[in-house]
Amino acid sequence: MSRLPFYLIVGALMIAGIALSVHRHVQFEVPWTPGEQRQVWEIETQVNFTAEGGPAMVDMALPSHQQGYRVLTENTASPGYGLSFLEDERGRRAQWSVREAAGSQLLYYSVQLLVAPDARPPQSQRPELQEVVWERPYDTAASQVIERAWQRSATPFTFARELIRDFNDDRQGENARLLLNQFDRAPLLVRLLNEAGVHARVVSGLMLEDGRRRQSLSSWVQVFDEDRWSLFNPMTGEQGRPDNLLLWEDSDQAVLEVQGGSNSRISFSMIQHNQPAAAAVRNQLANDTLINFSIHSLPLEEQALFQTILLIPIGALVVVLLRVFIGIKTSGTFMPVLIALAFIQTTLMTGLIGFLLIVAVGLVIRSYLSYLNLLLVARVSAVIITVIAIISIFSVLSYRFGLNAGLTITFFPMIILSWTIERMSILWEEEGPKEVLIQGGGSLLTAVLAYLAMNNPWVRHITFNFLGVQMILMSLILLLGNYTGYRLLELRRFKPVTED
Amino acid sequence: MWTTPGRLKAKGIVGMNRRNIRYIGRYNDRRLYPLVDDKLKTKLLATEYGITTPALIGTIKSQFEVKGVATMVAPYPGFVIKPAKGSGGKGILVIEHVEGDSYIKPSGVRLGREDLERHVSNILSGLYSLGGSPDVAVVEALINFDESLSAYTYEGVPDIRVIIFQGYPVMAMMRLSTAASDGKANLHQGAVGVGIDIATGGAVRGVQFDRTRADHPDTGHELASLKIPDWQTLLTLAAGCYEMTRLGYLGTDMVLDRDHGPMLLELNARPGLAIQMANGEGLRPRLDLIERQPPDVGVEERVLFAQRHFARQSELQVAEQIPCPA
Repeated sequence: MSRLPFYLIVGALMIAGIALSVHRHVQFEVPWTPGEQRQVWEIETQVNFTAEGGPAMVDMALPSHQQGYRVLTENTASPGYGLSFLEDERGRRAQWSVREAAGSQLLYYSVQLLVAPDARPPQSQRPELQEVVWERPYDTAASQVIERAWQRSATPFTFARELIRDFNDDRQGENARLLLNQFDRAPLLVRLLNEAGVHARVVSGLMLEDGRRRQSLSSWVQVFDEDRWSLFNPMTGEQGRPDNLLLWEDSDQAVLEVQGGSNSRISFSMIQHNQPAAAAVRNQLANDTLINFSIHSLPLEEQALFQTILLIPIGALVVVLLRVFIGIKTSGTFMPVLIALAFIQTTLMTGLIGFLLIVAVGLVIRSYLSYLNLLLVARVSAVIITVIAIISIFSVLSYRFGLNAGLTITFFPMIILSWTIERMSILWEEEGPKEVLIQGGGSLLTAVLAYLAMNNPWVRHITFNFLGVQMILMSLILLLGNYTGYRLLELRRFKPVTED
Repeated sequence: MWTTPGRLKAKGIVGMNRRNIRYIGRYNDRRLYPLVDDKLKTKLLATEYGITTPALIGTIKSQFEVKGVATMVAPYPGFVIKPAKGSGGKGILVIEHVEGDSYIKPSGVRLGREDLERHVSNILSGLYSLGGSPDVAVVEALINFDESLSAYTYEGVPDIRVIIFQGYPVMAMMRLSTAASDGKANLHQGAVGVGIDIATGGAVRGVQFDRTRADHPDTGHELASLKIPDWQTLLTLAAGCYEMTRLGYLGTDMVLDRDHGPMLLELNARPGLAIQMANGEGLRPRLDLIERQPPDVGVEERVLFAQRHFARQSELQVAEQIPCPA
């Protein structure tokens, strides 16, 4: 049986992969390394609404140059709509209009922002103080809250901080609770600040996190002290602007206004990629030919998805290497890759602790389930529900203790975890705890190595920007599948035979 | 702690990767796997080819038949319940005798009727089968194993694994259960593996937990005198499994019954590599030799060929032989 066709296929894949990658590097100036580059955020906004049949008008706030970010290019997709960009005292806005529209409508707006740490913040106009009128009994509550915070502060900023702190969960007084029942938090804070003579407004910002989809804007309170201003988080009272916060709307206007429609919704997807400084500015819209087959031509939401999907072959390669060359035993062949994907979302430490917690508690509960003498499918289903319960409890507990990292535990693939628990439990009963440790440890080690490989910035850059790399990976894995030599652990296993 | 690939190669040791690609992948047609992965099919096929197997008491195929297990086994003093698609000896329940309402395992543990039913129910729901697919429980008569070997084992029945390559018996070992292995004959659980000389059926070398041993850890009986009775019949039966399954690289598990002689217990299309440890020798030279043989040779001839070429001196007896004047 000739192996020639096999090596021909492997060779062809390898050469095609390398050629595609080199072509992309030379023709499109995509660099081999993620370094010496400018970070560019690409943000895609989706506006959904149900048109009522008549004329419709959509008015949406747009981000402008600001501290840390510079607007590079903007694109819209809105077939059938007239579009104009306005720039007035209300800030930058986009207006879509159509004479007749019925049913579900979808408008797209995407913007590319260059991360520019030394971009100057533009002058921000101080908003006028608003006349505040309270109804009973909110007037007394408001004045008492203001009085309390006023006593313990010296400047507008410290006043704002004290005020927000009084609305925090742990210090929430009766007055604060009463007011929160009636008003939304951020507008309420601005009302209170205005009443105390402090200029403030609600601004909407977007937290930029790579690969996030279906995000929404968050409200922040902008407090002025003469010409200076500062942002406050209305939930925690923290002062200052997080580096990854993009101010979307900061002139006291609604983010989205729709006339002639209802059920309007706005959601954001974002992705970060690196571009050579020159390319970032030029931002060529080269025609996508077949050879320039690129993930970048997809809508952003799908791109973010692909960024993760394209990493999976790297994880698979790690698993193949560890099993074929080292001989590590894992529980479930590709379970470690899925765990590693979860680690990418949770960060390594939180992920490890979360994984061990879930599996340990799951094993204890599973050992009780085995007394109940259930059918297999029912038992595994019971384990799935248990895993969900454990995850919920840990999320709530960690949130209560202020460990926000604990919330990411929900990223773990629950069905996979349940099967892992089931398998380990059976392994424990049949082969004892030692084998559980070997396989569990092997799985975790594989998951950690796969995570390190998949989370490496260079690997992420290469897999996302060069699709040819997938062919190279494929040919490597095919070659590995052909390896008949010894595994590393066999050198230890068979040692006694060679001793005589 | 570690050895080098070169030394393993010199010994002719076959590694996992080589076994999977070079032997299992090349000589075992995946289409034929169900014949050996399903013990019930193997059993029926073996009957067809005149290969003796333990008597079949009955099968339980659905949950509603589970309650009938006690009635099914009632006429028998002892029996074995196993999953048809189990692997690695998982889910095999041996009941040595019955006292009133309790079923007694070889270890002396007493099980109730519910325990028996739960075990069968677990088998049916696929707890022990490959991939968790629904399974069938097979109930077999207990093997009355040959008394001459009882001193070498602790609880459990010792079985003999013979690797059959293209119909030739290439290597054999006996697996003796120990207290550490909980009466199971799995080497990685602590059973003693004894390499068996293909020519004579005598012991060549013993290992437990991958380390050499000259006696049984529980009974203290030395292994050198171990010699399998009726060896020729056993080898012929084992080699005949090639005609039966057409699998080129096959692990046959045989047992010796007091009344019925050598019997086929089960077949394995992915036999492990520990047999090399038990024999202190790699499979590679033997497999290479067989690969050079012409096809379509009769069973008897193949067994004789193997006995002629794979004869070994026992390492266990070397110490006694040295004083003999040559």
